Amino acid sequence: MISQILSLAFLAQTIRITVPYALASIGGVYSERGGVTNIALEGIILTGAFCTVVGTYYTGSPLVGILCGVSGGLLTALIHAVVSINIKADQIISGIAINLFAVGITKFVLEILFHSSSNSSRIVGLPHIPMGFIEHQPDVAHLLGNPMVLATIAIIIASQFIIFRTRFGLRLRAVGENPEAADTVGIKVNLYRYYGVMISGVLAGLSGAWLAFDQHSFTDGMSAGRGYIALAAMIVGKWNPLGAAAACLLFGFAESLQIQLQGGGLPTQFIQMIPYIATIIVLAGFIGKAVAPAADGVPYEKEK
Amino acid sequence: MAEKRHWLEHSITQNFFVPVLAVVLSFAVGAIFIAIVGQNPIEVYYVLFSQTLGNEYGIGQLLFKTTPLIFAGLSVAICFKAGLFNIGAEGQLQIGAFATALVGMYTFGVPAFIEIPLLVLAGIVGGGIWGFIPGYLKAKTGAHEVINTIMLNFVALALVSYFATNIYNVPATVHTPSIAPTGRIPRFDVFFSGFEGSPVNFSILIAIVAAIFVWYYIDRTRPGYELRVVGLNAKAAEFGGINVARNLILSMTIGGALAGLVGTNYVMGYKYYFEEGFSTGTGFMGIAVALLGNNNPFGVILAALLFGMLEYGGLVINTMVPKELVSILQAIVIIFVISSNKIFRKTLVNYMKTRTLSVNQ
Repeated sequence: MISQILSLAFLAQTIRITVPYALASIGGVYSERGGVTNIALEGIILTGAFCTVVGTYYTGSPLVGILCGVSGGLLTALIHAVVSINIKADQIISGIAINLFAVGITKFVLEILFHSSSNSSRIVGLPHIPMGFIEHQPDVAHLLGNPMVLATIAIIIASQFIIFRTRFGLRLRAVGENPEAADTVGIKVNLYRYYGVMISGVLAGLSGAWLAFDQHSFTDGMSAGRGYIALAAMIVGKWNPLGAAAACLLFGFAESLQIQLQGGGLPTQFIQMIPYIATIIVLAGFIGKAVAPAADGVPYEKEK
Repeated sequence: MAEKRHWLEHSITQNFFVPVLAVVLSFAVGAIFIAIVGQNPIEVYYVLFSQTLGNEYGIGQLLFKTTPLIFAGLSVAICFKAGLFNIGAEGQLQIGAFATALVGMYTFGVPAFIEIPLLVLAGIVGGGIWGFIPGYLKAKTGAHEVINTIMLNFVALALVSYFATNIYNVPATVHTPSIAPTGRIPRFDVFFSGFEGSPVNFSILIAIVAAIFVWYYIDRTRPGYELRVVGLNAKAAEFGGINVARNLILSMTIGGALAGLVGTNYVMGYKYYFEEGFSTGTGFMGIAVALLGNNNPFGVILAALLFGMLEYGGLVINTMVPKELVSILQAIVIIFVISSNKIFRKTLVNYMKTRTLSVNQ
């Protein structure tokens, strides 16, 4: 068992599962640090995956596919931004409606474009950077040489820096913690909230792109709850990019372990519960206190 | 003169106008989608309405889809009244329905007048426990019920999946054995042959009784009054001597119990067993139903009828447009309701302000 866990194949599988969680989860951090609750991550991932497949299929270029996926995610996030920030409607209900909308619209267009209610045609995958030293294990080499894996690692580290060490990050956190104070010193509250939601759209869209390339096609509902796991990881990681990424890695590790140990050990379903139960425990304050940004989910009403 | 009020100020206008407008607008947007596919929106909508409302079979299918939506809608609505957002109806109804099936498969030989209430109670207890957990966590640790109910949905799904596919299943299936025959709720077609073939059953009466209960409890009893006060202003309630924690726990528990009754429709009235994946997002749709019904129990019934019609309607129009059209319609209804609630309230406030100014002048 230990040798199985220490194998490169196991590491590769853990990374493969963790990447889409981490991208969406860090997207959630940006949105919520800016004060907008984002349950719509699930729907954004789904539209991101769908647009990636459509873009790649019609142009044959994975790069165009990624651009389409990111744009799709961004557009979906913008709906959430308009409803939450401009109209100031309930952000949680907006998120749920968007998730429902994403399931409907992707299947609707899937049937029109691919004449199937369940899956699209096959698309090409991402090209990978050659990794000489492990080429004897092609699966692992492909994964570690995948530009999106490298990009994800860069995004995790950069996000930690951006949110806690830059002027942009400070302002974003300010509008999420105390919008009145931020407004007083001249920060455009709604603009920064837009930035937060838009970045979450881009990152969750990328998460969807990963899933699309990983599977080489779109299948209906393929986000399969990943947006909610990303949300869970964001909370367990206490709204920090590094923390969220670490939580994603933990969840990815558990899932990977479950795949390795299939047949033996714990039943699948109990491994599946780990992220959710971990979140409940953390929220209840049993392991440190998880405190959301103070104005998270509260629309900002400017004083007249 | 003081009696004369602007039409926007009437609560009836607000309660009906916003939902109806939202539905009409969503159908208008839906028409665009239909046109994109190259179909005639009027024809598609004609088929949608005539096939669901035009014959007893269609009505039977519609009512069958409506029943669980009433339970889920009431579940969300009663929690809303206490200021809580129950996104956990999906998990609560899974646990409740599973509990119903589980008790039903072990209680053969019990007469119907005991067995039916017993299985209903099992659903109430199962769902109630699953609602109690986030209520308790909210009251005791302040943990946000939105996140906890989302997480508990997944825990519930995994739990029933494990038990319904590994432990209590009929070999090689993902469903439990049948419940005792005395626990079955009869279908409409036993008494009215027009409903022949449609799965609608008398559990819809339980749903209506549940709606009346919620109305009576909220509007006419002291605990219901306390619950509303907590929902309106928890701090004021605490100050006025109301036990806020107890009310939070109670409302989530009742909400869970209401969702747990979904099993009466599927397990007791339709398949007579619990099957993995029997609910396709009913709990989430309950949020839309509660919203459209303005958290009023009778509004919930009307909204559930509409959403029930759409759910069955998707299958009816599937040859003309992809049936996902109805998911899109449902999502747009939700967005329009939450948006227009905000926009109308603002318009109203502005109107009152300008009127006050003109009166003062």
